[in-house]
Amino acid sequence: MNLLWAYLSDPAHWQGGAGIPARLGQHLAYSGVTLLIAAAIGVPLGLWIGHTGRGRLLVVNLVNGMRSVPTLGLLFVAVLVIGPRLQGDLAFLAPAIFVLVVLAVPPILAGAYAGVDEVDPQARDAARAMGMTSAQVLFGVELPCALPLLFGGLRSAALQVVATATIAASVSVGGLGRLLIDGQATRDYGQMAAGALLVALLALAVDLAFALVQRLVVSPGLAPARRRAPQIPEPAAQAA
Amino acid sequence: MKKIRTAAAVLLAALALPACSTANPMGTSTSSASTDSVVVGSANFPENELLADIYAGALKAKGVTVTTKLNIGSRETYVPALKSGEINVLPEYTGSFALYLNKAADVADEAKALASLKAGLPDTLTALDPSKAQDKDSVAVTAETAAKYNLKAIGDLAPVASQLVLGGPPEWPSRANGVPGLASVYGVTFKEFKPLDVAGPLTVTALKNGQVQAANLFTTDPAIKANKFVVLDDPKSLFGAQNVIPVVTKAKASPTVTAALNAVSAKLDTDTLATLVTKVVVDKADAATVANDWLKANGLA
Repeated sequence: MNLLWAYLSDPAHWQGGAGIPARLGQHLAYSGVTLLIAAAIGVPLGLWIGHTGRGRLLVVNLVNGMRSVPTLGLLFVAVLVIGPRLQGDLAFLAPAIFVLVVLAVPPILAGAYAGVDEVDPQARDAARAMGMTSAQVLFGVELPCALPLLFGGLRSAALQVVATATIAASVSVGGLGRLLIDGQATRDYGQMAAGALLVALLALAVDLAFALVQRLVVSPGLAPARRRAPQIPEPAAQAA
Repeated sequence: MKKIRTAAAVLLAALALPACSTANPMGTSTSSASTDSVVVGSANFPENELLADIYAGALKAKGVTVTTKLNIGSRETYVPALKSGEINVLPEYTGSFALYLNKAADVADEAKALASLKAGLPDTLTALDPSKAQDKDSVAVTAETAAKYNLKAIGDLAPVASQLVLGGPPEWPSRANGVPGLASVYGVTFKEFKPLDVAGPLTVTALKNGQVQAANLFTTDPAIKANKFVVLDDPKSLFGAQNVIPVVTKAKASPTVTAALNAVSAKLDTDTLATLVTKVVVDKADAATVANDWLKANGLA
């Protein structure tokens, strides 16, 4: 505990390219880029599968299989295979982002797919009966209704990515993992503890930020806390 | 209910088992007086693990009970374990270990490095006979870089280092004969230091592909020859003499242990070591098998 405090309270550790703010910024940048790429893959694919029901078995099983890929092992393979084809720092950064995307796509895809799949069939039928096109049904009905689960997937992906982005440091890339890897190599427990604490705090902060966005974006009628309470009296109210 | 109880029992047993198995080698009080039992450790690079396998094999052949804890980490990580007796035998390198123990240690030649090491060792440890085999840290560059800047010795980097990136293990920026030593002894300060692995595939790939222009490699590394890397001369002996030497917990340095390890040191030289490392790193042979074959060939097992 003293070591941790000694490390965190040393002003030298809060400045420059190896300082905590710089590492925090790098960590957020890697995680952000990863999540954007993973969302760009997972969300459309998940919505499409949920909407059409096509390729459900194949894609969902394949992507769930990807969850069992050991990220650290994949990282070293990626660095040794992809790295030599790239110039400069990108040779380490691109493989690191790649493995993090592999990690982040499954929960996002599962969230998007399950979100659409769980939409009340009556709502979908009603939309079709009103003459909405397939695209209108997807974006006007299914997507808004799928948002709580979609956000669930994004949040779990964000947590995993923020926590796992530390391993990028093992292939020379920056981020908060540097504190862990460098601290371990020099037996600086204060530095390691500081890194672990900061990663945990960052993960919580990111999750909180997603929760706030979710509250703003998701229709109040779908908010899980409010939906549960009025569930029973609802039909009565509607009938009246 | 019964199911839950069975599950809980299985879980408890699973938790307890590893606890038992790790408790034994960690404890210092479990050594029995009648037979020698030692824990052999190693650093986290193939050559050091191979040396630890050789030591372990030689000790086993003399009837010593051996437990191995290989691939522990950097010197900064394993030395505290060595001091506390969690590990008892470890292959070390005279110069680097002397500098670890005392940043001002003189390691310019073999005799000085050995003397510095013995002077710096804590009371609980002892160094046995050094071998002739040396494996030094080095600064290596590609043949193209060497030709481009006309590099022969580390000092030649001084005018151009500000444009170059150095790669090495994460502990190098804080090692006396790492990044600080390059600056203080040769006036070489690189644009950037890239923390990679301990002279492993990551470092070799980064040097080969130009992510770093200079890298810390070990002189016995077969990748140097394979990739035509140029090892820069070290005329001011920053890396000093680096004879392989067994460092042993004093309480465990019985006549049997001492004799077995000194016999290994007597047979080991740099070429032998480099050949054995090549078998492990390039030919992907099992380190323990390579170690035992060599011990048998030399009548040590």
